[in-house]
Amino acid sequence: MLKINNLHVKLEEEDKQILKGVDLEVPAGKVHAIMGPNGSGKSTLSYVLSGRDGYEVTKGDASLDGEELLDMEPEERAAAGLFLAFQYPVEIPGVGNMTFLRTAVNAQRKARGEEEMSAADFLKFIRAKAKDLKIDADMLKRPVNVGFSGGEKKRNEILQMAMLEPKMCILDETDSGLDVDAMKLVSEGVNALRDSGRSFLVITHYQRLLDHIKPDVVHIMANGRIVKSGGPELALEVEHNGYADILAEIDA
Amino acid sequence: MSTAVKMTADEINADQRPASGAWAAEARADAANRLASMGLPTRRDEYWKWTRPDSLISATPSEAEVFDNQGEPLVFHEIDRLKLVFVDGVFDADASDALEGEGLEIERLSTAAEKDIHWAKDLYGVLETAGQTPVKRPLAAYNSAQATDGVVVRVTGQVSRPVSLIYRHADKASDAILHHVIRVEEGARLTLLENGAAAARFNQVTEVDIAKGAQFHHVRAQGRDHDRQAVTHLFTRVDAEAVFKSFTMTVNGKLTRNECVIEIVGDEAVAHVAGAALGDGADSDFHHDDTVFITHDAVACESRQVFKKVLKNGAKGVFQGKILVKPDAQKTDGYQKSQSLLLDDDASFQAKPELEIYADDVICSHGSTTGAIDEEALFYLRSRGVPTPIATDLLVLAFLADAIEEIEDEDISAEITGRLDAWLSRRRG
Repeated sequence: MLKINNLHVKLEEEDKQILKGVDLEVPAGKVHAIMGPNGSGKSTLSYVLSGRDGYEVTKGDASLDGEELLDMEPEERAAAGLFLAFQYPVEIPGVGNMTFLRTAVNAQRKARGEEEMSAADFLKFIRAKAKDLKIDADMLKRPVNVGFSGGEKKRNEILQMAMLEPKMCILDETDSGLDVDAMKLVSEGVNALRDSGRSFLVITHYQRLLDHIKPDVVHIMANGRIVKSGGPELALEVEHNGYADILAEIDA
Repeated sequence: MSTAVKMTADEINADQRPASGAWAAEARADAANRLASMGLPTRRDEYWKWTRPDSLISATPSEAEVFDNQGEPLVFHEIDRLKLVFVDGVFDADASDALEGEGLEIERLSTAAEKDIHWAKDLYGVLETAGQTPVKRPLAAYNSAQATDGVVVRVTGQVSRPVSLIYRHADKASDAILHHVIRVEEGARLTLLENGAAAARFNQVTEVDIAKGAQFHHVRAQGRDHDRQAVTHLFTRVDAEAVFKSFTMTVNGKLTRNECVIEIVGDEAVAHVAGAALGDGADSDFHHDDTVFITHDAVACESRQVFKKVLKNGAKGVFQGKILVKPDAQKTDGYQKSQSLLLDDDASFQAKPELEIYADDVICSHGSTTGAIDEEALFYLRSRGVPTPIATDLLVLAFLADAIEEIEDEDISAEITGRLDAWLSRRRG
């Protein structure tokens, strides 16, 4: 599904290398987690994959189902099946959540050569998905993320994911700013989307999210590279001992 | 003065003024004298610093192509309304509905003007004259002296449907001067709609007197006529507990100057004026000027100005807005917002917000901003698969939303949003 090969990325504005050779492969139907200390390059990886401005790829490549990702515009990546759940979802005053979602769903269908969804079908579709995530009609009517609590914003991200049905979902610190109940709700939303054709890359600081969204593989990222990979037990090790031990072990 | 419109009292002699009865003849002669004493605007006038008056005062207008809308229904077509049609500034009775309606007295200006006595005497040119202080507005005086047509409307009750003024442009060289007079009596309510390309050049004055507890809602759509050169003045006097709300959508147009002069004279009145303009200099030149003057002369009144402009390809926007709070106008709540969204480096926006306050217990604020598309929001939309042009247009409509929200009627507001959306999507191709 997702293949990242020796990816090197620097900031466009300053001569600062953030990713220094990331190798990663997430097969179809699998959940991979990336953990790592602050500044290790986790969020940069998610932004570069989704096509945000401000980064320059100096070496390496990334592909989704064999399609070269890094040459595509952000909207093309989305149409190809990539989805990034933002760490900080953006507020867009004046654009209704429903309008936003319908525009997005139909734009992707159009890009894939499918027919646009009728207003009635869309309404039925979104109501069912919103109910699972306990998103009420009012939240759908309000402007995108405006006045939403931290938990509401994250639920709204998962709703978008559920509506857009991407192949490859990247969750960037989806647990940040969530209380226990909200985390459970968000995790249930994610777990409901797990299937053999869909992969997840879950980026997080903490192990607790991984109690709810059980990963197949855990990677540790430090200083712009994946330094260690293992099973779910690796997350527990981080939880108990912090990153220092693992990093010391690698340096040694 | 052969290169300019006739302006002195001698030039606008009695022969050249429209035939009129005693009251109208007097009002027109007075207006001609007012114009003679103030003179036509020049670029040296502070009030015309950013908008060149030349094309508005030249002896003949520059020609304007008649826009072919290819049979597409015009704005408001689904709204049930009383339709009054003007072609190149001349009332077209055949194309219009009958001049009657529950709670309404409607006459053509020319009919009212022929009478020797008419209630409009107390308003025609009167609100315009009041609006000449402290800033002179010569093109409004010119209109009062020269207007040949228009409507005179008296509202005595709850009018069941909006009165809709539909302007049609048929002659490439037409020079239309329309003058409307509206009196909304105590407790009555009127919604006035206006749309359509009026003429090659259009000078319009509307005087609206809103009595105690009455409501006047105004929604105007200026669009589709790319060569439009228009100057409009809306003068209103708002009495106690009355409501005045005016919204204008403007797209295209070489030169449009909309002046709104509001005098709040009764306590606890509300006056809102808003505008949403979309200008693309690629169509033809686009210059849009909103000039507003609100005088608070009563206690506990609220005024609100919300103007939004989206400009690209050399389009120019101007805003001049003033709130004057007189010494006794305590508890005034005055708010003014003027914002522009510049979609490229060629577009420009100039704003002059002014507050002049003589009362001590007031809340007045103003904000004027110029900005570009929010890159964060744009990326967020694109990351969800929305292509850049559609994402940009969504953000443009979002930017205009708080001006459009000033329209109270939901059907009319949805109609305006739909038209703006259609304009944007036509440009996406």
